[in-house]
Amino acid sequence: MSLDNDPPRPVGTAPPARSDRSPWNWLLLVPLVVTLYPPLYNRTSPELAGIPFFYWYQLAVISVGVLCTYLVYRASKR
Amino acid sequence: MDGIKGTELAVFTVLFVAVSALGFFASRWRRAESLDSLDEWGLGGRSFGGWITWFLIGGDLYTAYTFVAVPALVFGAGAVGFFAVPYTIIVYPIVFFVLARMWSVSHVHGFVTPADFVRARSGSPTLALLIALTGIVATMPYIALQLVGIEAVLKAMGVTGHVPIIIAFTILAAYTYNSGLRAPALIAFVKDTLIYIVVLVAVVVIPYKLGGFDVIFEAAGKKFESTPNPGDGIVLGGPAQLQYATLALGSALALFLYPHSLTGVFAAKSRDTVKKNMAALPAYTLVLGLLALLGYMAIAAGVKPLVGENGKPDGNTVVPLLFEQQFPDWFAGVAFAAIGIGALVPAAIMSIAAANLWTRNIYKEYLNKDATPKQEARSSKLASLVVKVGALAAILALDPQFSIDLQLIGGVLILQTLPAVALGLYTRWFHAKALIAGWSAGMAVGMWALYQIPQKLFNADGTVTLTKEHFGGSAFPLSDLGFDTKSTIYVGAIAIGVNLLVCVLGTLAMRGRVDDGIDLTSPSDYTAEQGDPGVKDLEALVH
Repeated sequence: MSLDNDPPRPVGTAPPARSDRSPWNWLLLVPLVVTLYPPLYNRTSPELAGIPFFYWYQLAVISVGVLCTYLVYRASKR
Repeated sequence: MDGIKGTELAVFTVLFVAVSALGFFASRWRRAESLDSLDEWGLGGRSFGGWITWFLIGGDLYTAYTFVAVPALVFGAGAVGFFAVPYTIIVYPIVFFVLARMWSVSHVHGFVTPADFVRARSGSPTLALLIALTGIVATMPYIALQLVGIEAVLKAMGVTGHVPIIIAFTILAAYTYNSGLRAPALIAFVKDTLIYIVVLVAVVVIPYKLGGFDVIFEAAGKKFESTPNPGDGIVLGGPAQLQYATLALGSALALFLYPHSLTGVFAAKSRDTVKKNMAALPAYTLVLGLLALLGYMAIAAGVKPLVGENGKPDGNTVVPLLFEQQFPDWFAGVAFAAIGIGALVPAAIMSIAAANLWTRNIYKEYLNKDATPKQEARSSKLASLVVKVGALAAILALDPQFSIDLQLIGGVLILQTLPAVALGLYTRWFHAKALIAGWSAGMAVGMWALYQIPQKLFNADGTVTLTKEHFGGSAFPLSDLGFDTKSTIYVGAIAIGVNLLVCVLGTLAMRGRVDDGIDLTSPSDYTAEQGDPGVKDLEALVH
């Protein structure tokens, strides 16, 4: 388990070459774009059940983040 | 205060004792042949599946301090305190593949700490040492802050003095020493279940009792209008928007650079477990967002924070006091136990992570090169005790404000490890010495900028008093850099910008001219999954 005396690995004992690349990965940018530009949501109306827009919008974006991350996860399993 | 609250204290004590027993029992859970190695003591056998990982990482990232401090910030300043929500939304998409790659390369090479990875990737022991020291320095105040969380609930129950905290931390230190990472992993189940129950009950019952969210936000709006501080309000002031976004982004980039966050990742049994968790962890973000709203409920309920030992009102007591006021005694006791136990999980994981850095990257690298796995485990166990005693001493001997300042600094410091750790997982383009130069430049700029920021108190008559000259916050006015604007930016964003610039320029200048270290990893290591040839499988050792 020591890192400085890892022996050179014989052929056939290294992990196979794979790639994490997929067009689905772009979905990961969606939650960033919709949260990192505050003018998009920095206001009080419309309210939802008395909660100003600023708050319920960001709470709602949590589900956008989950959905995008889940889709990328599913795509990465194929 | 009208003395000690008997019922609450009884419920709190019973739950606390039960959880401590669980902590000791944890050494027998998923039992290994022996706990005498870092893979077992420090990473729980590297065999945690989806659910355990979810509870462990969630219980680790969303700490007692967060649960107390975020609503306190919202109580005091309003919308700016809500940055914790965008922060913990974007962190998972950002780190999704970063952590998957970290899991893979660590399981091929047996890395236990982020500095282990940097050592192998860059071939530079100096860079690895800097990464390890940054991790230890950034984690220590975080541990101390967990005590602030426990102290806040004890205060609300009328318990004062330092003895209860010393007892709580001694028990914590004992079962961490005994059971390693298995203890917080097992306790996290109880902690998070309690937190979920308390928060869901709170956001239904309290608004109902107060007359609805419109009443709550109206009261908050009135409060902020009546204060002379231009920075508070239920929406962001114009100049605060850049700070809000950069603080959320900077915090998100920093979160998984903290060694304790990575500990949960190293301990997962597969790459798939790590990725699946990135989609599942935002459940905690929802809880945090709802908790943040408790700050406004406290305003509407007329909660007045208790005055601390330093004579200033202690905002951290707001949420415990709100629970006390709104809940029957027994349920307030459950809520307090949730926060108190909530402090134990991260404190245990953080001390294990700091101890592993010490053992792997200082003890083994410099003091005992031929350390056996048993000696490594022993070194980490002792270091975990030292770390906790240090944190306890810091809280008892110094003003807790000192730990809060240090934690603020810590976030900026840990962010400077981003090029070596996170970018290092993708590219070996950077020259090891350029990474060292970038780290130094980022540290210097970050510390300088934090030092420049004063803390201001806005008086009712329109005047401004300086309450602190230095380290008063993380919002740096861009006008100080010559820009004609009132906007402020997160200090970490400036520091990491400078850091990256130096890394790039340094690499261009040194490539081919100055010796670079040798990379011990190969490209396919970064996408390896459990069961692949070369991936060490410890599950066979665990019963």
